[in-house]
Amino acid sequence: MDPRDILSIVFLLAAAPFFLAGTIGLLRFPDVFCRLHALTKADNLGLGLIVIALALQADTWLQSARLLLIWLLVMLSGATVAHLIARTALRAGRKPWSGRS
Amino acid sequence: MSVPLIYTAAGIFLFLLGTYGLVAYAHLLRKILAANIMGSGVFMAFIAVAGRTPGAPDPVPHAMVLTGIVVTVAFTSVALALAVRIARTSSRVHLSGRDEEQ
Amino acid sequence: MTPGPLLLFDLLLPAVLLWLAWRSLTSSDLFRAVILFIAFNLLLALAWVRLEAPDVALAEAAIGAGVTGTLLLAALTRIESAAGRRLSRPARWRPAALVLTGTALLAAAAGLLWSLRLLPTMPGGLGPLVDRHLAESGVDHPVTAVLLNFRGYDTLLEVAVLLLAVIAIWCLDEAVPFLQQPLESPLLTGFNRMMLPILLLSAGYLLWLGSHAPGGAFQAASLLAAGLLLALFSGASLPAQWSGLPLRLLLVLGFLAFLAAAIIGPLTGRALLHYPPAWVKPLILLVEWLLTLSIALILTATVIGGRPTGSRPYPPPASPAAEGRQR
Repeated sequence: MDPRDILSIVFLLAAAPFFLAGTIGLLRFPDVFCRLHALTKADNLGLGLIVIALALQADTWLQSARLLLIWLLVMLSGATVAHLIARTALRAGRKPWSGRS
Repeated sequence: MSVPLIYTAAGIFLFLLGTYGLVAYAHLLRKILAANIMGSGVFMAFIAVAGRTPGAPDPVPHAMVLTGIVVTVAFTSVALALAVRIARTSSRVHLSGRDEEQ
Repeated sequence: MTPGPLLLFDLLLPAVLLWLAWRSLTSSDLFRAVILFIAFNLLLALAWVRLEAPDVALAEAAIGAGVTGTLLLAALTRIESAAGRRLSRPARWRPAALVLTGTALLAAAAGLLWSLRLLPTMPGGLGPLVDRHLAESGVDHPVTAVLLNFRGYDTLLEVAVLLLAVIAIWCLDEAVPFLQQPLESPLLTGFNRMMLPILLLSAGYLLWLGSHAPGGAFQAASLLAAGLLLALFSGASLPAQWSGLPLRLLLVLGFLAFLAAAIIGPLTGRALLHYPPAWVKPLILLVEWLLTLSIALILTATVIGGRPTGSRPYPPPASPAAEGRQR
């Protein structure tokens, strides 16, 4: 097997737990702030690993560069949207979860 | 069982789900969602049927579905504008003659 | 296409699609229903990729999920601020009606599936025909050739439908803002500064790509519309002197250019939409560029959801949205 394929598989396998953790966090965490934390942190890293795995499989450097660009754009918009959601929630009077209740 | 057949069946069931939603709910937004799902089912069945034959996919159904998606967004926007207008003039979100459940 | 190692995926994806559609139709909270519908459309784009229809996938992700999702969320906010928030539950069915409807729907499904066996199979469908004439179409990508040349009347009338939608929406109401105030945050300002040029660039790229690979005017237009909406939500507004005739001219520009290109045929002794062979490439490219601009504005106008009032899009904080109800 091509070492590139093995590396791709390793990165894909490494990415899966991040998505799983992010999804579980989204479903199980107590409030909107915790859920945002789970979603953005996990998805950024998970997607990054998947992009690396796919970039290794690309035919040309240009394709790899485009994949990396997609990751950067997703991180950029993910961070901004998470910030906007958290800000809106805070201004609407949502109290962050304090561990009690 | 071939792949196009699976997606054709899924398309048909999506259409039926949409039909149920269109009939069973009084809320106008739900009816618009249901009509969109019916449309997606039609598109899916169409593309899947076109993909039955081996070889390169047929570009004509693809172009027609692309047109269909844009026409769907046009009808959705008009339907939503009507629903908003109805809500603003009558504070109701369903058609007259039907009781909104709860 | 025969089942291969992807069979599990091909069974899972339609199942998830059906489940999402079902949950979107039955969850009593409409906000949740809309979010599920957006997720449904995103996964639908994946199904189009699997069915080897990348053009449709791009359009579905951009227009089906993006634009329709924005339209639904905007409409839901406006409906709830006018009529209050309420749950939506199905009508109570009499048992006989339930059985009858269920049987009819299942019979329809069985009939449709069965009738598919009777359809004639044509190897490749119209694909070989399109390939044979691709050289005359002025572009190298079959789907774009079908859209703008071989079945150009479809696309011409489709743009007319979009225009009619905007006219209908403008007849119904004045623009009602659905955000109480523009989104404000230093992070968003920085994001816009970076994102707007990137969106403009990717729209141009998709448009250019459309002549030889999946992409094209509609996908590019929805990216452009996304940029316009982003600017709008962040508080940008159209200057009053632009919201009259200039805006209307820009909205119809694409349609008029397409129509003008279409009647070159009859004027030079050919059929409608039959472009002169020497001019076909520049004509199609020009029409695509103008179409992109107009469609982007049309999509933005549908989300704004009313004719421009010529004033500020957001009411001053002292007089809340109640003034709309006095009319």
